[in-house]
Amino acid sequence: MSAGPAKKTRSVSSRDQVLSAIRGALGREGADGQNRPDLMARLDNPVPNRVPDRGRLDGPARIDLFQAEAERVSADVARVAGLDAVPGAIAAYLGENGLPTALKVTPDAAIGDVPWAQQAALSVEFGATDGSDPVGVTGAYLGVAETGTVVLLSGETRPNSLNYLPDTHVVVIRADQIIGAYEEVWAQLRHDGGGLPRIVNWITGPSRSADIEQTLMLGAHGPRNLFIVIVGADDGKGIVMADDGTIVTADEGTRVGDAHG
Amino acid sequence: MEATTRQFTGNARQALKNDNLRAALDKLSHGFPYKRLEAAARLPEFEALRDQSRDIKAHVLENLDFYLQQFESKVIEQGGQVHWAKDAAEARDIILAICQEAGAETVTKSKSMIGEEIAINGHLEANGVRPVETDLGEYIIQLRKEPPSHLIAPAIHLSMDQVADTFKDKHREFAADRPLDQPRELLEEARTMLRREFLAADVGLTGANLLIAETGSIALVTNEGNADLTLTLPNTHIAIASIEKAVPTLEDATTILRVLARSATGQELSVYTTFVSGPKRPDDMDGPENFHVVLLDNGRTQMLGSEFHDMLRCIRCGACLNSCPVYGAIGGHAYGWVYSGPMGSVLMPGILGLEQTGDLPNASTLCGTCESVCPMRIPLPAMLRRWREQQHARRLTSTKSRMMLKLWAMLARRPGLYRAVMGLGVGFMRALAGGRGSLKSLPFAGGWTAVRDLPAPEGKTFTALWKERRK
Amino acid sequence: MIQQAPHVGLFATCLVDLMRPTVGFAAAKLLEDAGCRVDVPMDQTCCGQPAYNSGDTGEARAIAKHVIAAFEGFDYVVAPSGSCAGTLRVHYPQLLKDDAAWAARAEALAQKTHELFSFLTDVLNWMGGEARYDATATYHDSCSGLRELGIKQQPRTLLAGVEGLELKESREAEACCGFGGLFCVKYPDISERIVDVKTADLEATGADTLLGGDLGCLMNIAGRLKRQGSAVKVRHAAEVLAGMTGEVPPLGEGKNDGAED
Ligand code: SF4
Repeated sequence: MSAGPAKKTRSVSSRDQVLSAIRGALGREGADGQNRPDLMARLDNPVPNRVPDRGRLDGPARIDLFQAEAERVSADVARVAGLDAVPGAIAAYLGENGLPTALKVTPDAAIGDVPWAQQAALSVEFGATDGSDPVGVTGAYLGVAETGTVVLLSGETRPNSLNYLPDTHVVVIRADQIIGAYEEVWAQLRHDGGGLPRIVNWITGPSRSADIEQTLMLGAHGPRNLFIVIVGADDGKGIVMADDGTIVTADEGTRVGDAHG
Repeated sequence: MEATTRQFTGNARQALKNDNLRAALDKLSHGFPYKRLEAAARLPEFEALRDQSRDIKAHVLENLDFYLQQFESKVIEQGGQVHWAKDAAEARDIILAICQEAGAETVTKSKSMIGEEIAINGHLEANGVRPVETDLGEYIIQLRKEPPSHLIAPAIHLSMDQVADTFKDKHREFAADRPLDQPRELLEEARTMLRREFLAADVGLTGANLLIAETGSIALVTNEGNADLTLTLPNTHIAIASIEKAVPTLEDATTILRVLARSATGQELSVYTTFVSGPKRPDDMDGPENFHVVLLDNGRTQMLGSEFHDMLRCIRCGACLNSCPVYGAIGGHAYGWVYSGPMGSVLMPGILGLEQTGDLPNASTLCGTCESVCPMRIPLPAMLRRWREQQHARRLTSTKSRMMLKLWAMLARRPGLYRAVMGLGVGFMRALAGGRGSLKSLPFAGGWTAVRDLPAPEGKTFTALWKERRK
Repeated sequence: MIQQAPHVGLFATCLVDLMRPTVGFAAAKLLEDAGCRVDVPMDQTCCGQPAYNSGDTGEARAIAKHVIAAFEGFDYVVAPSGSCAGTLRVHYPQLLKDDAAWAARAEALAQKTHELFSFLTDVLNWMGGEARYDATATYHDSCSGLRELGIKQQPRTLLAGVEGLELKESREAEACCGFGGLFCVKYPDISERIVDVKTADLEATGADTLLGGDLGCLMNIAGRLKRQGSAVKVRHAAEVLAGMTGEVPPLGEGKNDGAED
């Protein structure tokens, strides 16, 4: 901050005053607060605390839990067999809910192979949003089954605003990206290396507010609709997508997996 | 904001007469506490997670200097700036200077109790910068120039009609006869108004729920998504946090997040939980070029190591307000400053001074509900008692009450005299009641009989009767 | 460890002593029925809560020592109140922990102090004698008993054995009644609002009687019910369990009720 050297000096000394007040209060006057190998070790090797059992499930059950939890918080979920069925699923969803069909899609490798052109009903543009796009489509980094949470990262192909400005937010996630617990997000990010991106979003359902007479309403500032398309999940449970884009329930018998043989 | 903590009794009396408030508080006490219970029941590990959350924060407080410096160095490493503020005035100046440097006309704000604590809005306004609250509840009370009345539901004291009147008064560009009698219509109007602000703002000012030392990240939770728009769209993001918000690792943050929303609203997790690390990266498609964190002391280091040390574990979830019978009767404004409920009654004497806040530690039945729901297991009733002890020790209580107490305590240690005096008193009350079972009024018992009858004593004391019958 | 009948010092509590001796006799009868030898030390006055909760720790300590000296000779100390028992059990050790001469004595007293109903069930394993009380009652869980001592099921277990008594749970059984010792006279209007929640809640159960285990709360609720003109009767549960409801009218009721002041 260039508020002049005077200000800067004062700020530095406030820093020292606060830190020394802390040390004084803790009875460690004069101690070097930073030479603490024990505490450094805690930061260098982060260990999960208690991880709830809830998300510790095998593949299909984990995906079911993810879906159930996401639906509990008013997200809409569809499952499709492959990336090629994604445009159909989105078109069907938008159609059924009477929503505009102009998509703004992240130019993200994660959903780069989606054959958008297949769906004439959709108009598709790639890039960031200026706020005028009704539907944003982004690829998830991971999904967390324990609360039906999608994890999205900012980055060079992933504008953060696209997750928040459009009225409808579509998140595309592969079934094998769905993990059990939040801790696995950190493990995966550390495994990927390079530190955290500027933004790690955990999104659990569409935007909401209960600030007026404690009445819960969706779509406060962020998206009114959160539509999660799970790709490759096909264990015969929940709502699934037929090739023609219609959404059917599993017990009606028509499933994408069947259609694909 | 001007504290009216000294007028607590009058504030409370006003609040008790307010029917809108009463309806809101009834709804509150039948809502969040039950949802919290349901959420807890759904997570078998909930109690264990509360223990761990408490332990994490206790560990941080013991090593607060270390974790703050680690946090600071990570923020700087990522291109952000960290500012330290000893008190509210310094924090205000720092924020204003950043805004001025950014040439800011408009600052969007996502709800921050620290922002309230340092009264940043007034300061910005006075210096030509327009702050716009973006949390729906905060936006409403900003229009009405009111303080928040709840940690997480700042406009909970208002009815829909009051909000509609406010919007009609302040949003002049819409047709005067537009329908505004549904919450949805009000929400849509606010959304429209605020969308422009989000897109036009020069600076975004947020709080921070957690400061993560491992990565130099701040964690923010909202349900509306307003914090994310605030910290994504403008070119400068300022996060303001009090120093006790530090946690060691992402895992530690995660554990605390698991209890935060469940305790607050009964949600499993808030809709948007966002971890922010530094400014926009060179290749990022959006985000602010400048990222500042302002770390505020404002009395925290005085609580540290004191008998109020444990209060610094508070994560501002509001569970103690939601289930407090006193809060449920009078709401947040009666407490007279930024905070309210049990946590406010412990915190505010520390920030404002006990002389200013004499009623707060006393206006509690010590029922213990707050401690039983506090995710961080803060012994709130014990700390209210600590403040009472300080009041007594510093002679801040009334002479009359001190004398009454002395007299009574003297009797209580002299059983013979005690029995003689009490026996007389009880006999007198019995005589006064005659054949009736209760008294409508009684000299020196006006506080009791103002609102309830006094069940009359049977006539003789138990000890006297026991002596007669059993010896 | 104790071969003969356990020797119990009955701590009647100041409110029972002054206002409702029948509760003291009922407690003594229950303890004797359960096989105890009961004594009432004449040195007893009050547990000291008014001083303790007013921040006068000096007087609170002095009174605590007085109570400890009066009661430490017994096998057990029992009080028909969760609040007063809680003071002895939980707060005396805290008050005297830095007093070398008294810390151990306070701790020893705390260990053997019990609230009446929890003592009967948890310690003596006594599940009730014969009693009859024709009423539909709801139970108020007093704050200290519930949250400091974990008393919830014990009185209900005992009351389940009372003939003619039906127990209905109220939604707000665990809510504070607004008594809070001196709170209710210092902040009568706040206390009034709190107790009104309680009375509305118990009226909603349709019960004709409110039972509880702490006379302070019961006097507050009964006093408010009377002021509201309610017909709901209020009694300490010990009176019911000991079959002594014939000896005293419900709290706040008298033979000449209805007469003008
Ligand atoms: S004191 Fe506890 S319950 Fe109250 S706001 Fe703080 S963390 Fe939540």
